[in-house]
Amino acid sequence: MELTTVWFVLIAVLWTGYFVLEGFDFGVGVLLPFLAGDEAERRLVYRAIGPVWDGNEVWLLVAGGATFAAFPEWYATLFSGFYLPLFLILLALIARGVALEYRAKSDRTRAWDHAFFWGSLIPAFLWGVAFANIVRGVPLDADHEYTGTLLTLLNPYALLGGVATLTLFTFHGAVFLALRTVGELRAGATRLALQAGLASVLAGGAFLLLTQLDGGRTATWITAGIATAGLLAALVATRAGRDGLAFTATATAIVAVTATLFGNLWPDVMPALDPANSLTVVNAASTPYTLGVMTWVAAIFTPVVLLYQGWTYWVFRKRLTNDPLEKAISP
Amino acid sequence: MDVLDLSRWQFGITTVYHFLFVPLTIGLSLVVAGLQTAWYRTKKPAYLRLTRFWGRLFLINFAMGVVTGIVQEFQFGMNWSEYSRFVGDVFGAPLAMEGLIAFFLESTFLGLWIFGWDKLPPRVHLATIWLASIGTALSAYFILAANSWMQHPVGYRINPVTHRAELTDIWAVLTNSTTLVTFPHVIFGAFVTAGAFVAGISAWQIARRRDVAMFRTSLRLAMVVGLVAAGGVALSGHWQAQIMTEQQPMKMAAAEALWQDESSAGFSLFAIGDVENGRNRVNLQVPNGLSVLATNTLDGRVEGINDIQARYLALYGAGDYRPVIGLAYWSFRLMIGFGFLAGLLSLAGLWLTRRGRTPASPWFTRVAVAGIALPFLANSLGWVFTEMGRQPWTVFGVMRTAAAVSPGADVPEVAISLVGFTLVYAVLAAIEVRLLLKFIRLGPEPDPGAETPAEPLPALSY
Repeated sequence: MELTTVWFVLIAVLWTGYFVLEGFDFGVGVLLPFLAGDEAERRLVYRAIGPVWDGNEVWLLVAGGATFAAFPEWYATLFSGFYLPLFLILLALIARGVALEYRAKSDRTRAWDHAFFWGSLIPAFLWGVAFANIVRGVPLDADHEYTGTLLTLLNPYALLGGVATLTLFTFHGAVFLALRTVGELRAGATRLALQAGLASVLAGGAFLLLTQLDGGRTATWITAGIATAGLLAALVATRAGRDGLAFTATATAIVAVTATLFGNLWPDVMPALDPANSLTVVNAASTPYTLGVMTWVAAIFTPVVLLYQGWTYWVFRKRLTNDPLEKAISP
Repeated sequence: MDVLDLSRWQFGITTVYHFLFVPLTIGLSLVVAGLQTAWYRTKKPAYLRLTRFWGRLFLINFAMGVVTGIVQEFQFGMNWSEYSRFVGDVFGAPLAMEGLIAFFLESTFLGLWIFGWDKLPPRVHLATIWLASIGTALSAYFILAANSWMQHPVGYRINPVTHRAELTDIWAVLTNSTTLVTFPHVIFGAFVTAGAFVAGISAWQIARRRDVAMFRTSLRLAMVVGLVAAGGVALSGHWQAQIMTEQQPMKMAAAEALWQDESSAGFSLFAIGDVENGRNRVNLQVPNGLSVLATNTLDGRVEGINDIQARYLALYGAGDYRPVIGLAYWSFRLMIGFGFLAGLLSLAGLWLTRRGRTPASPWFTRVAVAGIALPFLANSLGWVFTEMGRQPWTVFGVMRTAAAVSPGADVPEVAISLVGFTLVYAVLAAIEVRLLLKFIRLGPEPDPGAETPAEPLPALSY
């Protein structure tokens, strides 16, 4: 395989990791106001992602850094072209990160709850808008500079993409909360999972169908099919109370959606409305030397990261509970 | 103001703000790891209480470092897309390595440390704070490698067809002489910062007669750390100044308001310059000081601003190759001054606490608390100096800052983000300081030996 293809795949993998992991974090944030009644329940909701959300967010930073290193032209065009949406995402991530760290230490818990909610909702929506635009193609000039405006990015297809990721992450988060809790909280999460799941099947299904009709390939029809099947399976498993299975299914759906988007994109990384100006894995890439160096670094360190992040999930595998008796008997 | 000015202001504000938290995170993580190790070894409850007290303040600070760090990574693409296109092949590599090797490590293991108190065996739990601490230092290393390449580009060539910088030797980038002197300078600076922070707060707790013996321990510890680290800062800074004289003579000349090439150059203490005519109106000097600093000899030759400007005109073509000289001069001077005072404070504190003494004078408390600000000022001014001193270059000798800005970005966009970040950062600064004060006032958790709290170890988790 060409190194440029390897790095295209690696960046797709990093975004996939980010969406699967921070996806449920976002979902948890979006669900907070609808789910947790009293303060004890709210704290439980925060504790569900407390140990892992920061590590999850690093997937974004590595995806960004890897794009900078492997496809500098893509990094430059994307982030300068999508300036204001990215600025909003950054503000949201700031508010959200601070809320997660400061809520329990501060007296103004309600204000932090708002910050956590909006800080989760805005990126969950805007990442979908951004990726829909990337796949659809944007106006680029011969120097690969973005020539559109903010309104160019807010087209109906992209907004549908935003709704698709928002509902998908909310579903994923609800299923995650059901998996991590017991009793009433778990019942509430299950109920919300069914609602979000239905919305996700509708919005995600419509988005995938439009995407496939526009530029679908045989391989991405298959991944789109897997994504849809994953969502439906997650709904069935949630109804049956099989939380672990449901979470696996929503995770699979997110992997398949990301694979569909990146599968349709290749060999472009950012198609232009005029195909002559498109950024491709070839014209956006770094030199073979840099890609080679980075391949070694990734080959050595990615498995290490996966290992210790996996271990983190293992350490915090027990369902959370506020029951003092249960707390006393758990180690 | 145009997009270039706005982008420069935004980068300056977000970077200096981010770097208020970074050194304290690096330094305090080591202090906390050290205290927890002491507890693990001795099982003395005082060490556990100190670990948790300083650990909580560390986490409040760490949160701000994390969220402001995200902005740093994406700004290159947002505001400096021409720079990103030009150097991505070289500059992107250490940045990506930071994420993969360092940032995952610190974030993941810090999560384990915060929530793992009752879930991990003590030895494993101790390892998590050490790994997080190592992660913060590694992070600094990769970022400094990236920044040092901008100060002193190595291991690359310019592709004649694409006119872009291409990496030819990653090892040269990672072992850049500039990186190797800057890394210890920044790390020692981080320890000075943590030292002043811990010392100031400990002195305040002692003045309030709270856990006096325990806070005397952390006061002494912090002052030893602060003093040793201040020595390290001075030594590495000296070494760095020599490399800078060689690699970026204009920066050194501007730092010293030295206008003409000079042998046996003096170290300027106070100067009033006349930039227009390229000379000083007033200049109070330590004889031969600059020659010693820059070349290790009494009569070493140091290049002056006017001579370098003439040389650069011939080398790079028309242009003003002088940074803002007053800014370079004063930021350099004040950086050294504040750093020196921080070291002096540690020394004085160690003297006043010698042989079991615990200073009770309100003066001591006041000075120690005010002293917390010294390393923060020195750190900020250090970055202002190193970045502003490189101007008009963004990559020294290779790419000018004016050529690096995003051609697609427009004034309203950049103005919105500049105002947005500045306002949000200001609000967060106020919140952070309030939280720190709250938990400093609250003091350490009660001695676990004295009573058993109902909810064990609450405040470190959510």
